[in-house]
Amino acid sequence: MWFPRLASDRVLRTCPVDGPFALTLHEGNANRLYCLNLAAERQGLSRGMSYSDARAFCPELTSRPANPVQDRAFLHALRRWATRYCPWVGIEDEDGLVMDITGSAHLVGGEAAMMADLRARLGRAGLTVRLGLADTRGAAWALAHFAEGVAPSGEPLDALRPLPVAALRLEEQVNISLQRLGLRTIGDLVRTPRPSLARRFGADLLMRLDQALGQQPESVKPLSDPPHYGVRLTLPEPIGLCDDVMAGAGRLLDRLCEKLTTQETGARVLRLTLRRVDQDCRSVDLRLARPLRDPGRILPLFARGVAEIDSGFGIDQLRLEAVEVEPLPMQQASHVVSDQKERLDDLITRIGTRIGLENIRRFLPADSHIPERSFHVAPAAASEPGGNWNGQRPRPLRIFPPEPIAGTGPQPPRNFRWRRMPLSVARSTGPERIAPEWWLEDEAWQSGLRDYWHVETRQGRRLWLFHTPQTPGWFVQGEFA
Amino acid sequence: MSTDPLPSYPLRTGRVHEACGPAAPAFAAMLAACIPGEVMWVQEGWQGEGLHPRGLNDFFDPARLLLVRVRDQNEALAVAEEALRDGSVALVVMELSRPLNLTKGRRLQLAAQAGGSTGLCLIPEGMGSNAAETRWHCTPVLDPAAAGEDSTLQHWSLIKNKSGTLGAWHVRWNKTTHHLHVVSPAGERPGSADMPG
Repeated sequence: MWFPRLASDRVLRTCPVDGPFALTLHEGNANRLYCLNLAAERQGLSRGMSYSDARAFCPELTSRPANPVQDRAFLHALRRWATRYCPWVGIEDEDGLVMDITGSAHLVGGEAAMMADLRARLGRAGLTVRLGLADTRGAAWALAHFAEGVAPSGEPLDALRPLPVAALRLEEQVNISLQRLGLRTIGDLVRTPRPSLARRFGADLLMRLDQALGQQPESVKPLSDPPHYGVRLTLPEPIGLCDDVMAGAGRLLDRLCEKLTTQETGARVLRLTLRRVDQDCRSVDLRLARPLRDPGRILPLFARGVAEIDSGFGIDQLRLEAVEVEPLPMQQASHVVSDQKERLDDLITRIGTRIGLENIRRFLPADSHIPERSFHVAPAAASEPGGNWNGQRPRPLRIFPPEPIAGTGPQPPRNFRWRRMPLSVARSTGPERIAPEWWLEDEAWQSGLRDYWHVETRQGRRLWLFHTPQTPGWFVQGEFA
Repeated sequence: MSTDPLPSYPLRTGRVHEACGPAAPAFAAMLAACIPGEVMWVQEGWQGEGLHPRGLNDFFDPARLLLVRVRDQNEALAVAEEALRDGSVALVVMELSRPLNLTKGRRLQLAAQAGGSTGLCLIPEGMGSNAAETRWHCTPVLDPAAAGEDSTLQHWSLIKNKSGTLGAWHVRWNKTTHHLHVVSPAGERPGSADMPG
């Protein structure tokens, strides 16, 4: 099954255009045509042509930027749709599907009926499709791309004989060489002695030929659907009370958690979408501090979000989806039940719904002598506590951006003013010299080396001062307990 | 030097207390060391002053600490109330910049009672709330006797107490044993009078 104009058909489905239409893709510093509709092809345009040339040929050309990612997604959607005919459906290249209909054609009334049905349904959907049916995957590909038809069972060669050699899925280079030798059709190729072909073009050509003729097997690889973590509940009568919505969410959650348990995953981000009677949707997002699949723990966490929803004239459909899942292996039940950690995780989740999960953080050690860089602050939901905090030298309890004070010379000033307080030094301990990490760019350390002093003032405050000998100056950076 | 506990210390659980003065963060760190369990520290995001975990390590293990960054004081109070009511953190420290009215203070107090954990507001001087259980004023003091880097002598005065008497003490933190020592009362300190400055 080949969709020669998949990309443009997809775009034209949503906004039909009369007349020539093309999708352009920006590649190699130029806009090139990526996919055309039939009208544009009739005007003599072709794929890969630069967009400005195409405009010159055909001034009334309408164009839109192409989106290959969405095209790919569309093809996957078509693949899922095609499983209505047979279970073995795979994806071929960028714009084709391959189906193994062995044993399933009779369900739709035979091969001819199936092809007619396929063609009719895809035509209604606005897609151009070319079908090829043969005993082998290679032959079907050749027919879909070059002749469109059905190869008689058992004799694929009869149908393939007049087709050009390009129908064998060859590389461009091999194709050109064969043309130069005068081997233009598959029939010519079959008549040529095999050893000379193998010597000249390698085993690849013969393999493709054998695959098309059924002398070498080639299987259809069906893609498995990724597990889908979404459940839905449609209600006969709209509901509006908070308790009712929570009860509905509870039912959905039971079903979702069963799915999660069978896949050994846990939900990290959940979205509860509530569809109102007026077709408007409201959704509640829940980001969890740890992957979870315990309905009893997740449900109360929704309470706050659900309470804020305006139910309007009522809600008649609930949909719960695990937007992000993480592997969560089964764990052996322990007789020492420690629910302290679970309660803390739930608290982090609840606070996270209010202020954002990334704002609840914890300290993690980092390997650096620079005081500001000797620790990381990481979101608590994405990290485990731990680390060794023992250091050789004392560090202040509070640290702040350096605040300049008046002072000269390498010894701490005897009297200085800091934050409008006159302070006089009673004792000072130091210096502790810390050199900047030259391999990292840091604005704050542009002034070079720092000699840190632990200073006790007569007024009681114990401060962390530093002197920069290379660009003389004194600063306060921290305060001890 | 004695290791006698202070009369109202460690602070009564299930209540919200207040600490002010320059050594209030140290007071909070020492309190966290006395209470087993997780500690939540709520700080407004715009404040430039941060805690240094290596400095905290002299008091308690920074792995027990959860830092919460909030936008403004209302958010800080909401988060603190939620955490206090839940009770899964043993101590909630919140740095406040504006005075609390009686309603807000009382809400925190009720939340702490429901959850059974301790709350501590670090407040600017003179901005106490009537709802607080105790209020402490903490200042670091120069220790003339101990020469060295690890002098942690502080003057704590209990300036409000709903269920007890007021008082003032000199305390010192022992970094190796992680214990609070009460030093002899302020007036009788040797050398305190004849130190210049």
